[in-house]
Amino acid sequence: MSLTHFIFGRLSLHSLPFWAMIQHPTVGNIVNGGIATTAAGLVVIGAVMTVGLITRFGRWRYLWTEWLTSVDHKRIGIMYIVLAFVMLARALIEAVLMRGQQAFGLGGGFLSPDHFGQLFSTHGTIMIFFMAMPFLTGLINIVMPMQIGTRDVSFPVMNSISLGLTVAGAMIVMVSLVVGQFSTGGWSGYPPYTELAFQPGVGPDYWIWAVSLSSLGTMMSGINFAVTIYRRRCPGMTLMRMPLFTWTALCTSILMIFAMPPLTVATLMLALDRYLGFHFFTDAAGGNMMNYANLFWLFGHPEVYILILPAFGVYSEVIPAFSGKVVYGYVSLVLATMAIALASFGVWLHHFFTMGQSAAVNASFGVATMMIGIPTGVKIYDWLLTMYRGRIRFTVPMIYSLGFMMLFVIGGLSGIILANPSIDYQVHNTLFLVAHFHNMLIPGLLFGMLAGYHFWFPKAFGFRLDERWGRISALCWIFGFMFAFFPLYALGLLGFPRRTVAYFDPIYVPYMMVALFGALIILAAFTSLVIQLVVSVIRREEYRVPAGDPWDAGSLEWSVAAPAPEYNFPVLPEVTARHAFMVAKENGTAYRRPERFADIEVPKSSPMGAILCVTGGLAAFGLVWHIWWLVAIAMLASIAAIIAHGFSRDYERVIPAAEVRKDTMRWLNAVAELRPASRDHEAESVNMGFAEHERVRELAE
Amino acid sequence: MSENAYANPGIRLRATHHHVDREDEVNLGFWVFLMSDAILFGTVFATYAIMVGATAGGPGPKQLFDIKSVVIQTAALLLSSFTYGMASLSLKHRNGHGRLIAWLVVTLLLALVFLGFEVHDFLAMFAAGGGPDRSGFTSAFFGLVPLHGLHVTTGCIWMVALIVQMARYGIDEDVMLGLQRLGLFWHFLDIVWIAIFSIVYLGGLA
Amino acid sequence: MNELGGHPNWHPHFPGGISGDGDGYRKDLHSHLWGLVLALTLTAVPFALVYWHAMTRSWLLLAIGIFALVQAMVHFRFFLDIHPPHRNVDQLLLVLFSAQILIMMAGGTVWILANLHSRMY
Repeated sequence: MSLTHFIFGRLSLHSLPFWAMIQHPTVGNIVNGGIATTAAGLVVIGAVMTVGLITRFGRWRYLWTEWLTSVDHKRIGIMYIVLAFVMLARALIEAVLMRGQQAFGLGGGFLSPDHFGQLFSTHGTIMIFFMAMPFLTGLINIVMPMQIGTRDVSFPVMNSISLGLTVAGAMIVMVSLVVGQFSTGGWSGYPPYTELAFQPGVGPDYWIWAVSLSSLGTMMSGINFAVTIYRRRCPGMTLMRMPLFTWTALCTSILMIFAMPPLTVATLMLALDRYLGFHFFTDAAGGNMMNYANLFWLFGHPEVYILILPAFGVYSEVIPAFSGKVVYGYVSLVLATMAIALASFGVWLHHFFTMGQSAAVNASFGVATMMIGIPTGVKIYDWLLTMYRGRIRFTVPMIYSLGFMMLFVIGGLSGIILANPSIDYQVHNTLFLVAHFHNMLIPGLLFGMLAGYHFWFPKAFGFRLDERWGRISALCWIFGFMFAFFPLYALGLLGFPRRTVAYFDPIYVPYMMVALFGALIILAAFTSLVIQLVVSVIRREEYRVPAGDPWDAGSLEWSVAAPAPEYNFPVLPEVTARHAFMVAKENGTAYRRPERFADIEVPKSSPMGAILCVTGGLAAFGLVWHIWWLVAIAMLASIAAIIAHGFSRDYERVIPAAEVRKDTMRWLNAVAELRPASRDHEAESVNMGFAEHERVRELAE
Repeated sequence: MSENAYANPGIRLRATHHHVDREDEVNLGFWVFLMSDAILFGTVFATYAIMVGATAGGPGPKQLFDIKSVVIQTAALLLSSFTYGMASLSLKHRNGHGRLIAWLVVTLLLALVFLGFEVHDFLAMFAAGGGPDRSGFTSAFFGLVPLHGLHVTTGCIWMVALIVQMARYGIDEDVMLGLQRLGLFWHFLDIVWIAIFSIVYLGGLA
Repeated sequence: MNELGGHPNWHPHFPGGISGDGDGYRKDLHSHLWGLVLALTLTAVPFALVYWHAMTRSWLLLAIGIFALVQAMVHFRFFLDIHPPHRNVDQLLLVLFSAQILIMMAGGTVWILANLHSRMY
């Protein structure tokens, strides 16, 4: 092995995105190379600008001490959501490119099949592992501990490590834009196409290690959240008094814990095939590639419920809040959530009905799949009945919820159609399927996340988001989604397969054009979100809600200041009923000064998350490019850091009672000065986060 | 706004820091992790079960497995579970530093015996043309059994780290929590080994 | 700081409760010794059955399976102290729930792949 080979592995000048177009400047290479180089350029410029701006404003120390080493669940949650938005931007651009290619794909189009293959692979991988999972993990992180009346999750350092590993995985996917290529095997990575025989390059390796890092982080988050909910609920908060978002967080965590192992097994087995010549999934020598589909979907099906349950939890908070009513059917919602979580482990075969099983096997899983639609139906009825005879306010989260209820049901119905194996044989792997799962993910998951973002943003940052731009964005998402994906149902029924770069029948063109139009509206929706954030920051003094309860909602997180103090509650609450804060407001016992203040122990910051992010990312990069010395050093460093962390003994710090008293009294005194705002005025500047209640008004007089 | 809102007419808010039972929480977290590890092993076992016949004309269990070595490995690991249990008893009943460390060292030595025989077996399999790259069956074997071996190795490293921590800090709360969790890990790995010797070795040789 | 070096109010709680006396130690020791004896026996028997080919293959597999399950339960009961009825019902429920998921995943895998295998050859 030459020295260069030892140092750089298989990294070379050929790995750069513009290499091919310089070597062989055909039209195709220039177009594809141009797009690839632009993308790589954006990544590099983005990284340089970020580093540059931080340096320019001298904020490295601040970033390190206040954010990167923070083990505060609220900070970690915010960082997760920042990651989600950045990756959402990239994946949306990829989507627009794909829609563009397919709109002009009659007879060829402008993208090469290889490039298109990478696009749909990164789009799916990013949206699932680096947008949706971080978004929901971030929301659960911010909200759940406050909802159960505790100060932090059970394992704060592990929380930071989860974030670090997820970021490392995302960075690997971003690096793949700059050097080398990504897998063309889709987000599911099926062999034999991802084995060495068909893709000997770095693509599938990028995919394997990015996904592995992310799934390790997710598994740890699942453990963290589950134990927190089981062990840290405040006195009086029985399981049946928990807010519904916490219930879905609990079931989601259980799914995370049990669903990630099969993915780890599938990807590591594929890695063993690729790196060490194993025969798990190869064509020859006794490999069984059908087992890959089996293992992957053992993970993949519970995964989609991991994605949707937190969104359901958001809707269960948002719909009652903006209907001015307590949620209808709390117990049925809890039971439905548990039923969905359990049943999600029994349906995975419906992702490969066509793989060759007998009709009996297919039918069993088909029946199970249809049954899992029932608890979701129960939830829809519960939400409708919550709205019934409520006083509905068309706020941004409510608009998302309404869009969700109408659109998600359509997607669910297409799912019931697909659950029938005979029908599925006709539409498997066509755009009908693509339409179905986007119909679940966008109106279901994404609208839920965006509603939750809007709903809890004031609690995290102390000021509301701009309503007008929020509404523009929500409407663009709703209509953009419909234009972009409803034509795909038709296209699928007309026989158009998924992951197809070009076609030769002009009948598809009008549908593709409509879909492209939808994609552009979605791009506008995302742009509106960015504008909304910028406008809100500029106008933040006008939107401040220091009292902490801008929506007159019922759970405990609204009972503290906005932004929430580091320790969440000056004194841990004791609850005696569901919707504890609403009960307190109704009884006039909200905003009481605590009898006594005590010192509060909070966990100290830790560099472990940042360290493992770097070592994990470097190990993954080394594995991809066969830079073995880098892998060895990075893995040893990871192990050393973990062992060293075991030796730490000084991991808590005390916030003195005097400081807690000072902060709390400042907040309570500020609340005392405020006039309560009614729900009708919650989008105006009179809303300072202090909701109007008869009893409260009485006390004020 | 009158002062009344801030009088304190007997609202019982806990003024003291709510005590979370840290030991309970940490152990529950570790149990949950073990359950996810069980699922990990379970899917690898299932893969083995469906690939045990995929020898692709190469050597199978009867050609590759050495039952005597497996007996020794099983005995070593089982005894190590017992000796770790004795270490736990030392800890629980405060029989002193020395006893505790002695039992841990014996456990470690037994684990090294286990690993030594196991690696030797693997090398013998390579030599007999039964390495992982030979067939689906050997791949499945080498996916499962070394996975367990890696877990045991990790346990050994952890044990050494805990012994060093004990030397530095004495048997403090963190060391004790670490020993409890390592104990759970150790017994769990022995249970996985029961499955391995039953399904892989005895099942293959039956 | 107590003599163990932890917080003053903290003491570990082990299954069966902590004790400084000899009785608790003897009880625990008996439990461990029983566990060892049973485990060794439950290991030796299947090995012997296989080594001396005492029955046909199907019966052997069944026997191995049963001994393995019983030995696993011995480990749970004697080494880990998990058994019904249990103080800490959470842990037992967790183990049972996990077992169920495991059965669904492993069992489902074997069912599906066996079905595919039979339809391919």
